[in-house]
Amino acid sequence: MSENNSIGIVSPQTAHFSEPLTLKSGENLPQFDLVYETYGTLNAAKSNAVLICHALSGNHHVAGKYSADDKYPGWWDNLVGPRKPLDTNKFFVIGLNNLGGCHGSSGSISINPATNKPYGASFPIVTVEDWVNSQARLLDHLEIKTLAAVIGGSLGGMQALQWTMAFPDRIKHALVIASAPNLTAQNMAFNEVARQAIITDPEFYDGDYYAHNTVPRRGLRIARMLGHITYLSDDAMGEKFGRKLKDKIKYSFDVEFEMESYLRYQGDKFAGEFDANTYLRMTRALDYYDPALVFGGDLSKALSNVKAKFLVVSFTSDWRFSPERSREIVKALLDNELTVSYAEVTALHGHDAFLMPDAHYHNILRNYLQKVDV
Amino acid sequence: MQNNVNITNISQKYRQDFAIIAGWVSFGSKVLDLGCGDGELLMYLRDSLEVKGYGVEKDDANWLACLQNGTNVIQMDLEDGLSGFEDQSFDTVILSQTLQAMHKTEEIVQEMLRVGREIIVTFPNFGYWRNRIQITGGRMPVSKTLPYQWYDTPNVHLCTINDFDLFCKNHKISILERKVITDGNEVNFMPNLLGNLAMYRLKAK
Repeated sequence: MSENNSIGIVSPQTAHFSEPLTLKSGENLPQFDLVYETYGTLNAAKSNAVLICHALSGNHHVAGKYSADDKYPGWWDNLVGPRKPLDTNKFFVIGLNNLGGCHGSSGSISINPATNKPYGASFPIVTVEDWVNSQARLLDHLEIKTLAAVIGGSLGGMQALQWTMAFPDRIKHALVIASAPNLTAQNMAFNEVARQAIITDPEFYDGDYYAHNTVPRRGLRIARMLGHITYLSDDAMGEKFGRKLKDKIKYSFDVEFEMESYLRYQGDKFAGEFDANTYLRMTRALDYYDPALVFGGDLSKALSNVKAKFLVVSFTSDWRFSPERSREIVKALLDNELTVSYAEVTALHGHDAFLMPDAHYHNILRNYLQKVDV
Repeated sequence: MQNNVNITNISQKYRQDFAIIAGWVSFGSKVLDLGCGDGELLMYLRDSLEVKGYGVEKDDANWLACLQNGTNVIQMDLEDGLSGFEDQSFDTVILSQTLQAMHKTEEIVQEMLRVGREIIVTFPNFGYWRNRIQITGGRMPVSKTLPYQWYDTPNVHLCTINDFDLFCKNHKISILERKVITDGNEVNFMPNLLGNLAMYRLKAK
């Protein structure tokens, strides 16, 4: 199915912003770049735009391939394309790499025009609020006033939620998937372990490893391995690997079980393509996000100026962004008498389920998006 | 083979209960329909009374049907209570032909009274004479309103009108109105014997 309905060959674009951006931390980013991709056609009324906000390790390459022999398409290709749930025959879909990312938007690995060297550790710590503000700049650049919908899973869902609060008049619909109104202590604890793995790697050099021509691979690898454990449910790991051995038991600390092989593969792959400074910043953005904080912890008050209509989706086996957390969002929306539907999808795959083409889940998104007026 | 008619399909066939419910709901009010099925009742109330409606539904297929019908629908299990809803945040909370299938019967009624300023509860009257005849004949009743065999029924808490009146009295619930219908007609004479569907408009005392 996904093969037939692929958006095809795509290419990224870069927007440069020379107006400074004041960050939540108080720091000022004098200028920045955002790299993005678009799929489908913006209609004359510019009313059919949908913004996709990415999660921890995502980027602007949401759908399609860069060349016919690319092994993999974009990270949410099963959702986005002609006649797919997010139908590019109807919508103009925008994916971008967030500020602080490592796939082309300004971040630690990009060159600081002031020094002609990589920003490295000096790149500021950005927040979900900063991302949304920078994304609004991108929409201005594309001359799009209003989004038909903003959609995101996990950390992306936090951005979708933030959009409805920061720019209530620019969002018609928000699809908040496998997300939360803030992280629990346990969830932040995983982030801290991941960061410690990176920061204590001797190759980290306080974040300026570029100058030493190295990367903290070991730290990044362990951080990713830990992440993968938390993205899957116990049952999903059981089904995928169980206690399956690679070979006969060797009584060693080499890879013995299939699960270890998977984690090492994922860790190595990630360490080879992702930037440690970006990983640190993405996890911090997750930790810091807490829109209810300035309202004494009252999320309903935080959402009092929201106008968007909502679809909130959670997955039964997701313990990192559990259904309970989505229900908190739903309750706050109900308290404000907003238009909201909430689905709790029965799924085995834990947090990862939001990226998988489960038939019922995709049916939900397809049906919801079909009803979105453009 | 027993057909798999669900509770919602029954209420669709006997739409007279919709009209009575609509008579108990104010124009433009905020309504929560528990076990809303495919959202038919909420659509009816939205079209006739412009209510701001939300449904609660557990079943995936029904949930999706609500979405397709343009009904706000929250997926959750009523047995878990209504903790996602604030006290007195709805004008009317409805439980239409679902009470008899609830395990936590007392809890759900108390939760409805907490969330709604008024509540509407409807259920098949087990005291209906056709049920009594089947029981007298030595068998569990099977009918259009109770289409299940004893071994596959979701109905775990069937009651009669007299039972429910007593339940309200014992739980300090005011009965604002009660209507009993059989095949679309209101029954005023010996309702516990001649009435098939019992409908109550209630409020906490």
